[in-house]
Amino acid sequence: MAGTQYRGSDIKDVNQFLDDSQGLESKREKEIGQHIGYRYDVNLVPDYDRITPFLQKYMETMGWDDLNWLEDIHMGYEDGNAAVFDRNVNGWVRVPDTIALPDNQQDRDMIARELLLKFQMSDRHPLVSLRKAYTKF
Amino acid sequence: MAGMSDAELREMTQEERAKLLGMTTEQLTGRSLFIEFDPDAEERFTYPWAPDVDYNKRIEIDTDAMTSTEVNSKARSLMEEGYGTLVVQNPRGKHGLGVGILNRLNLIFDGSLGYFAVGLIDGPNVRIKGRVGWSCGENMMSGTIVVEKNAGSTFGAAIRGGDLVCRGSVGSRTGIDMKGGTIIVGGDTGALSGFMMQRGRMVVCGNAGKNLGDSMYDGTIYVGGKIQSLGVDAIEAELTDLDRKWLTRKLSQYELMPDAGVDHFTKIVAGKQLWNYDNLEPTEKKLIL
Repeated sequence: MAGTQYRGSDIKDVNQFLDDSQGLESKREKEIGQHIGYRYDVNLVPDYDRITPFLQKYMETMGWDDLNWLEDIHMGYEDGNAAVFDRNVNGWVRVPDTIALPDNQQDRDMIARELLLKFQMSDRHPLVSLRKAYTKF
Repeated sequence: MAGMSDAELREMTQEERAKLLGMTTEQLTGRSLFIEFDPDAEERFTYPWAPDVDYNKRIEIDTDAMTSTEVNSKARSLMEEGYGTLVVQNPRGKHGLGVGILNRLNLIFDGSLGYFAVGLIDGPNVRIKGRVGWSCGENMMSGTIVVEKNAGSTFGAAIRGGDLVCRGSVGSRTGIDMKGGTIIVGGDTGALSGFMMQRGRMVVCGNAGKNLGDSMYDGTIYVGGKIQSLGVDAIEAELTDLDRKWLTRKLSQYELMPDAGVDHFTKIVAGKQLWNYDNLEPTEKKLIL
């Protein structure tokens, strides 16, 4: 089946996958029962005018002039909830309902970056236990 | 199944055919870890196990008579002692130098490096005052790498995050299988750059060789010079104001901003004609067998 043209549906609205968790629009998506492609624009580059003080402090601590790896972090949507993909555990981590979501993807992405960074650097991250169990040096 | 005619099979949906064979399909979505963020989590910028280093605490080591393993072990022990700036003298093209550093650190190589230089890093700022061999920055997670001269092939292979910069030209298959991060090339890049790129951004200030972005799934490639040819499913897209703003910021940061600005850059993205999302595909393969 490689090489087939399974085009997904376009992302139209920032709340698209909150309002409709399945997001099945195209004929092919309905047929296979699965949304094709990401639920956010992975190619969206950050707008540095919207950077938060916490992220600014992180950049200064690391000696970076920009967001570096966090440029690839976006707020995504899973099962109708806002969530962020954590590459270090290969899974989605949900954003609590108590956090109000801004009305645009750029500001949501900044929140996603803050939350993911705090989580990855915390003791409750699964990588801490994995490191204890498997580290070699 | 044996009792079914071809006409009857044709009328069935894919799912019905699969069920008839007693096969089930797999739901690929909804595999959450069911972990929620803690909104009150402590402010912390490095991994819990990472040693606390001071950028102002600087040391130089002469690695002329050392093996790659000895150099890398030495770098780790110096970080444990709190050194935040490490200058490596006489690297003499050794392979695999500076790999696997998972902490913030200023790492300066005073010379050229061999294959797989500073791969798998997560955090450090690396400056290489020379050339590098194949696969520099392979599987890099975060941090910055700046190569002052030219780089070999597969520069930034499978990079996942961070900025990987070569001020000179690079070989072929730059950013092959890249899954994030930014690769910047001050000069030209060879054939098949961005091959099977999945995410991230590649900026080439000079020219790009044949089959640029071949079979790319996603991500963006910006080229300032000429593109010899585009690969399968790589297409030109419109440069937005946000792209211009980001390119200007990024290139200025590494002092690679062309005199002509960034308006002449060509933006390449995936045509998404090769995407293959089908949760019944494994079943279909079994049917053929």
